Amino acid sequence: MRGFNFNLWVGGILTLVVICGAVFAPLLTSLDPVFDANLMNAELPPGREFWFGTDAQGRDIFTRVLYGAQISLTVGVVSQVINSVIGLTLGISAAYWGGWWDDLVNGLTNVMLAIPSLIFALAIMAILGPGLPSLLIALGLTNWSWTCRIARSSTLSLKGQGYVQAAQTLGYGDIRIMATQLLPNMVGPILVISTLGIGAAVLAEAALSFLGLGIRPPFPSWGSMLTNARELIVIAPWATIFPGLAIFITVLGFNLLGDGLRDYLDPHMRTREQ
Amino acid sequence: MLRFTIRRLLQMIPTIFAVALLIFVIFSVIPGSFASSLMSDGRTNADPETLARINAEFGLDKPVHVRFGEYIVGLVQFDLGTSFRFREPVTEVIGDRVWASLKLSVAAMVFAIVVGVPLGFIAALRPGSILDTATMVGAVSGLSMPQFWLGLLLMYFFALQLGWLPSFGYGGGDPLYLILPAITLGVTPLALLARTTRAGVLEIMNEDFIRTAHSKGMSNARVVRWHLMRNVMVLVVTTIGLQFGSMMGQAVVIEKLFAWPGIGLLLVDSVAIRDIPVVQGTILVIVVWFLVINTFVDIIYAAIDPRIKQT
Repeated sequence: MRGFNFNLWVGGILTLVVICGAVFAPLLTSLDPVFDANLMNAELPPGREFWFGTDAQGRDIFTRVLYGAQISLTVGVVSQVINSVIGLTLGISAAYWGGWWDDLVNGLTNVMLAIPSLIFALAIMAILGPGLPSLLIALGLTNWSWTCRIARSSTLSLKGQGYVQAAQTLGYGDIRIMATQLLPNMVGPILVISTLGIGAAVLAEAALSFLGLGIRPPFPSWGSMLTNARELIVIAPWATIFPGLAIFITVLGFNLLGDGLRDYLDPHMRTREQ
Repeated sequence: MLRFTIRRLLQMIPTIFAVALLIFVIFSVIPGSFASSLMSDGRTNADPETLARINAEFGLDKPVHVRFGEYIVGLVQFDLGTSFRFREPVTEVIGDRVWASLKLSVAAMVFAIVVGVPLGFIAALRPGSILDTATMVGAVSGLSMPQFWLGLLLMYFFALQLGWLPSFGYGGGDPLYLILPAITLGVTPLALLARTTRAGVLEIMNEDFIRTAHSKGMSNARVVRWHLMRNVMVLVVTTIGLQFGSMMGQAVVIEKLFAWPGIGLLLVDSVAIRDIPVVQGTILVIVVWFLVINTFVDIIYAAIDPRIKQT
């Protein structure tokens, strides 16, 4: 096993497959995920024409799963970018400036950690109503506390380093030091937590859509496909199996990739394993 | 020890207050009121007089800071307001549901501990074996799986195909109805426990004191029982506590799927009809539950490991 990072490779390949499915969806299928409904084809089992079978409206589940990847990845990546920006900005500035600002950010982080993030997102969705923009806001505002903690502790340990003090002596502005001296030195751990965060956001989107609070039918979100599939689980179990499998593979991909990146970037782990 | 316990309990109060403030603010600042969602059919505007009457009935016509004052004063007296839907005190509405949620969480946790800890242990004692690999692949899969999907599949096989178990509902407290929801909810903590136990055992086995115990001729079974178990248990207890605290949050989706009449189902149903006092109340109960359990974990931890008290 020496030198071979199983998690990194398998996670990377799974993630790549999902990304390709989302990007090349229009090339991989000629059908439309919403409008190509035909009640004559309703609830057909998987076969040569419909690889994953059809749903209650006779729509091709394979097509809907492919287009569903676009929604899941958009929600996962965009909300995680928002979380990273919030977490990094608050964490770095709190540790760099200290004082009352540090106390405030710390307090806010503790409060955020005290609320289960799915519950918090659910509350925001309840107010904003269903839809993609609300989802991006709800999931983008509720999962930055770990990023903030990591950014804060990295900044605290980097602040005393010679090159940061050199930059201060040279008269660099605070913002410039944070962006060019501090930020690049925490890319590794932030990358790991963000990769894991994308997986978590994909799961949260599926759960919220399943509850009817996320993406609403007829749009092909994996979570809302499962809500509809639930009623026909006895006659059309494939309508439940494939969207769930898609969520599973996507989240597994990001989780393995995150674990693999951590092993790769952490020299301590590497030397111990070799 | 007593001073540490009291200090940790007092530290909870500002956090609970901050969470109450946050919940109140997000539900009062953002547009869209209960009255308008109750009266509007989406095409015509609701009659302003009716809106005013509904707002007056529920005290929603007062300024925000007055309402927040009343909310906090009520909170101190364990009064969470009145449910719009049930026209009953929120505390009573929630009180009726707590038992079901507690039963589900405890059952799920017991399942996770009984399966997860021994699995992690056995896996760590034979690192690299087939069992170890299978356990770790199973654990990362368990963490990546949407729980409600697993619940749907279990429901399909064990209730609808095999007919061994009831598919959903509370069944008046019949334990058979508890099995599927508890297994579904228990999968995530099970996976985490297996991983933590395995990592903990592997870490501690390399420690000096284990080598010392071996080299002074202690039998393998005694080393495991006296040195390994005790140290691993500290880690395992922490994981159990943290998972138990956050379980109420995860239970929301599972309760909805299995129509389990707990706090989570109450929250989802109340969100759908904008019964804001109940939504605020259930979220607060879930957060307080999480905080109380975390505090207890800290206290137990300090009791096991005296070094923690100093920090």
